[in-house]
Amino acid sequence: MSSLYVARNPRVAARSLDGEMMIMSGRDSMLFTLNKTATILWQAADGATPLELIVQQKICTEFEVEPGEALRDAETVARDLASHGILQISEEPIVRGDSK
Amino acid sequence: MPPVITEVDQHSLIIEIGGMPVRVNTTDPDFLGILQNRYAGYVTSAANAEIEFDIEMAPPGNADPDALVRVSQRGGRWTLTRGDFRAEWEPAKRRGWIRQTANPYSIDAVLRIVHTLVLAKQGGFLLHSASAIRDGKAFLFAGVSEAGKTTISRLAPSDVTLLTDEISYVRKCDDGYAAFGTPFTGELAKLGENVSAPIAALYLLSKGRENRIERVPAGEAARSLLANLLFFAEDEELVQAAFHAAFEFVSRVPVSRLTFFPDARVWELIR
Repeated sequence: MSSLYVARNPRVAARSLDGEMMIMSGRDSMLFTLNKTATILWQAADGATPLELIVQQKICTEFEVEPGEALRDAETVARDLASHGILQISEEPIVRGDSK
Repeated sequence: MPPVITEVDQHSLIIEIGGMPVRVNTTDPDFLGILQNRYAGYVTSAANAEIEFDIEMAPPGNADPDALVRVSQRGGRWTLTRGDFRAEWEPAKRRGWIRQTANPYSIDAVLRIVHTLVLAKQGGFLLHSASAIRDGKAFLFAGVSEAGKTTISRLAPSDVTLLTDEISYVRKCDDGYAAFGTPFTGELAKLGENVSAPIAALYLLSKGRENRIERVPAGEAARSLLANLLFFAEDEELVQAAFHAAFEFVSRVPVSRLTFFPDARVWELIR
């Protein structure tokens, strides 16, 4: 199982409007509109559930997609969002309050 | 023996935009005259200013007003810089200083930035939009350069009071939002009237062959509003405040796309 964990960065601003999740990075004021997959990932990113489990339980049940491909896509999305400071990723569970 | 300390005359005026009086002090009477002229209609006799700036004159040089604006905060002190000015402001003390050459454009930029910082804390904002009052209601016309802000302002009939053709001042009120006139002008080069009214609608401008109004989905409305916000601060807390202010606004004020052919008939739709 993938040892990657993801957590929402509490320092970004996020709002859901008519099913669209919009997030603004406080670091560079960039605005992101998440697609459905990224929205599921964002909402499930609690820092405690491994990414692979999120993909199995939340994404593969929602879309007809091969689990390996879904996991690769999810890792790409997670790393992209992390590069903008929107998500935090770690190979260890991310304990809320310890994150910077 | 000449006196060691020479007393210098200080000249002041208060510029009140959006209901927020800002006092500026200068030792240069000629610059004071420039400001009185630049902000005609916004110079008031309010007794108490909410913010006070001392202006220090810099000699003319290689000031670059097109340089990048930097706005950051550390230890409760804001630092504002551009190629043609440097300013500091401490909100807790309500005081600051500006070092600039004797031109009104630098202080204009400082005032805009300070107003965005103050408004962000209060759920308001400055917006790249024209705005006007008709029948006691304010209408905003947002868009990037060339979208038609100045055009629609020029086409306004005589019963319309123009608040600005470039930068609108939006303040959150108990029962919604109000737009205030600003001295921040675009191509029209005409100061807005220093009045305010409740905001009835925000229109996203688009030029076309006919006049029509279409409501836009909430998500698109929020994105468009955010794209047109004036915001400079490198500050996570204020970025979040501005983000949430935009969503609050679109949840309370109707946002539509106004496609218009540039003649006076477009104003038949604005009621």
